[in-house]
Amino acid sequence: LTVLPFRVNAAADDAIAAFTGGAAMADAGVTLTAPEIAENGNTVPVSVSAEGATAILLLAAGNPTPGVATFNFGELAGAHSASTRIRLAGTQDVVAIAKMADGSFAKASSTVKVTIGGCGG
Amino acid sequence: MADGVKPRIKAPKSAKAGEAIVLKTLISHNMESGQRKNKDGSVIPRSIINRFTCEFNGKSVIDIKMEAAISTNPYFEFEAVVPESGELLFTWYDDDGSVYTDKKAIAVS
Repeated sequence: LTVLPFRVNAAADDAIAAFTGGAAMADAGVTLTAPEIAENGNTVPVSVSAEGATAILLLAAGNPTPGVATFNFGELAGAHSASTRIRLAGTQDVVAIAKMADGSFAKASSTVKVTIGGCGG
Repeated sequence: MADGVKPRIKAPKSAKAGEAIVLKTLISHNMESGQRKNKDGSVIPRSIINRFTCEFNGKSVIDIKMEAAISTNPYFEFEAVVPESGELLFTWYDDDGSVYTDKKAIAVS
């Protein structure tokens, strides 16, 4: 098996561009909670939260397919936050981009060190 | 994977109007990512749940588009505001076309 370097790939940039339409992203306004070190990349707990967001895009930039999930908040959403468990192929940046109700975007990223990868292979 | 899929939901039975309640959902599912290979070296085709929605009395709480990087047995925790008594409807959409649903009634005081 060859081990490819985990880096921000073009697919992740494409996914971001498709979500934001190329708009500028603020650095504040969205909170991404992820562990610093994940022993098992198969199930990494991640939380996202952004007050006033209509949608949050979650990406794992170093995975073979960077998309993780898109959370669309409805009219009855409580706090605009959600938690889930994700797979990470290796040590990489996890990125959250929130689309605010006023049409602006905010971005947060967090590096997760993974000791056992979670995408097979 | 249409068999052995079992949704589990943790939701309060009662709430105050306008109060945010925490909902936790988990559904047992392989979530085959389409990246793994079997013994012969051929790729196991992707088979995941690709969408999850939660509605309360027909109004959307959350609508999540899921991709291959969501873990086996997808778990979600989120909050909802319930204005009146009613029913929460949880729906999962599988790649193979299966739809799994579950309901939880909430009494609002």
